[in-house]
Amino acid sequence: MSIFLDENSLIIVQGLTGSEGTKHAGRMLASGSKIVGGVNPRKAGTTVEIEGTTLPIFGSVAEAMSSTGANVSVIFVPPAFAKAAVMEAIDAEIALAIVITEGIPIHDSAEFWAHAVAKGNTTQLIGPNCPGIISPGKSNAGIIPSTITGPGPIGLVSKSGTLTYQMMYELRDLGFSTGIGIGGDPIIGTTHIDALRAFEADPDTKAIVMIGEIGGDAEERAAAFIQANVTKPVVAYVAGFTAPEGKTMGHAGAIVSDGAGTAQGKKEALEAAGVRVGKTPSETASIMREVFAAL
Amino acid sequence: MDLFEYQARDLFESYGVPVLAGLIADTPDEAKAAAEKLGGTVVIKAQVKVGGRGKAGGVKVVHNADDAYTAAEQILGLDIKGHVVGRVMVAAGARIAQEFYFSVLLDRSNRSFLSMTSVEGGMEIEELAVERPEALARIEINALEGIDLEKATEIATAARFPEELIGKVAPVIVKLYEVFQMEDATLVEVNPLVLTEDGDIVALDGKVTLDENAAFRHANHEALEDKAGADPLEAKAKALDLNYVKLDGEVGIIGNGAGLVMSTLDVVSYAGEKHGNVKPANFLDIGGGASAEVMAAGLDVILNDPQVKSVFVNVFGGITACDAVANGIVGALATLGDRATKPLVVRLDGNNVVEGRQILADRAHPLVTVVDTMDEAADKAAELAHAAA
Repeated sequence: MSIFLDENSLIIVQGLTGSEGTKHAGRMLASGSKIVGGVNPRKAGTTVEIEGTTLPIFGSVAEAMSSTGANVSVIFVPPAFAKAAVMEAIDAEIALAIVITEGIPIHDSAEFWAHAVAKGNTTQLIGPNCPGIISPGKSNAGIIPSTITGPGPIGLVSKSGTLTYQMMYELRDLGFSTGIGIGGDPIIGTTHIDALRAFEADPDTKAIVMIGEIGGDAEERAAAFIQANVTKPVVAYVAGFTAPEGKTMGHAGAIVSDGAGTAQGKKEALEAAGVRVGKTPSETASIMREVFAAL
Repeated sequence: MDLFEYQARDLFESYGVPVLAGLIADTPDEAKAAAEKLGGTVVIKAQVKVGGRGKAGGVKVVHNADDAYTAAEQILGLDIKGHVVGRVMVAAGARIAQEFYFSVLLDRSNRSFLSMTSVEGGMEIEELAVERPEALARIEINALEGIDLEKATEIATAARFPEELIGKVAPVIVKLYEVFQMEDATLVEVNPLVLTEDGDIVALDGKVTLDENAAFRHANHEALEDKAGADPLEAKAKALDLNYVKLDGEVGIIGNGAGLVMSTLDVVSYAGEKHGNVKPANFLDIGGGASAEVMAAGLDVILNDPQVKSVFVNVFGGITACDAVANGIVGALATLGDRATKPLVVRLDGNNVVEGRQILADRAHPLVTVVDTMDEAADKAAELAHAAA
């Protein structure tokens, strides 16, 4: 098992014909993902050849779904057009939409999130500004390199892309059930809590690594959720202990304002919930090893 | 991007939000001329992007043009919490009957917007929220629905505005939301929103934060940037499209991915504790595609920082594999030539790490030390920075 994404996932790519879409669709195919087509209204009816696979281009997400049975969309559409693309995926009621695009205006994200809620969250959104999700050995939807690690018992949820890769690399000998990068923007679809809930329910996930960073209160909320609902061991890492107040650290959401959203506050909240928190990625990995060995 | 008060005022005015006349001045003479133009009582207000300027002596009420000159002379150059005043706004005086508070902002926790309104204005909102939470009406705003007159009336009523004022306040709230939405703001705050003795509602002081991700659809936003006030290295990095924040330490940092770079800052700070307390000199994320050009641009910015004593290049080879990153570093050093003067500690991990390390070993650049793990590399970079300090 795995969460959200498995060997039965049929993936379409919105923005497949763009350079990023083409490049990463190739990588996804090479890692065994089942990509069944792309969406581009201006190129509907044509096909593209990627990694030796011929993929049909559809005029809309709904059309792609009815022709191929797709249940996952990965979105590489540029920021100016991303809102329309996400709205379309939500309207088509695709089960999972992963928004890789970085730099989407926050008003646009707020609008598509409000739309997803109004539609009863039929579509699970991951991102925006995220690396996507990988269930090693089964499927890979997004830009996470599939060669870092293989399948295994650890579940991982992270705001950051490269820290996801780093942690997967540190624990590559154990392997992962699913690794999910939820994105660094202030408004995101799937949260730490959503992923924790799914990992708790997934029989193949034995322990969970959670990576957070400064800004917002998602980690504090996750801590409260863990205390009340998660029985599997959780090990956490928080980036940004030394970040100065009032400066945005790369991710639009990574800012400490008026003393709230600090790494220290997040660490304390997690520890109060019984979660062991590593000071560095490598220390976090060794704590996970220790925790896993004791299972 | 935070705006200055006068920029917020001008933006408000262009949307029909009632504001008072205000002119900017960079010298006491300009302030005097502005006061003459406005006539009567005026307020000289320091233009700084930080709260608490009143307490710091950055706001003065004067009654004639000569006093405006003197007040501006006192305020210009004043250091308010590290922000040096370079400009004042000369604002028309108002006879205030009552002060209120209104803001609309991004609410991350609820993944929507939030309006906060109170009939008790003038106070810092953080204090009000703690001391008198019942006096602050917090109403969630659906991003697709926004604030129309009906919603604004609901907000004003919830904030317990007197009956006779609701009809006056609600349309101003609608206009303020228009600013928030049309300008892609993440914060529009008016403190205080006032009722004048003449019975008018006026936005007396405004704070606006604009979403930089939305700059592509706002041609007017670039002109609002405080280029003069920006750190010169940050300005250079921005021109090169690099994600850079200047910090106050000795170890220059380059990494790929915001989370990894934040983590690198932490690891270097911890390592610095053992080496004379050296600290990170900057945050610099060169992103996933670390080409030789981007690496060279990044190194160039960092090596131009006179505070930097050593540089830590921390890259996880994901999409861009380590051999490509290593070639980027070698290319960057070749491009920089004699301008590369400080020791570089490089840590590569991830895809094609063996090939990447081999490329750096083959080049054997005298300034470059390759270290296997992030923790050891941070320690080495801190040690080198301390030795050179």
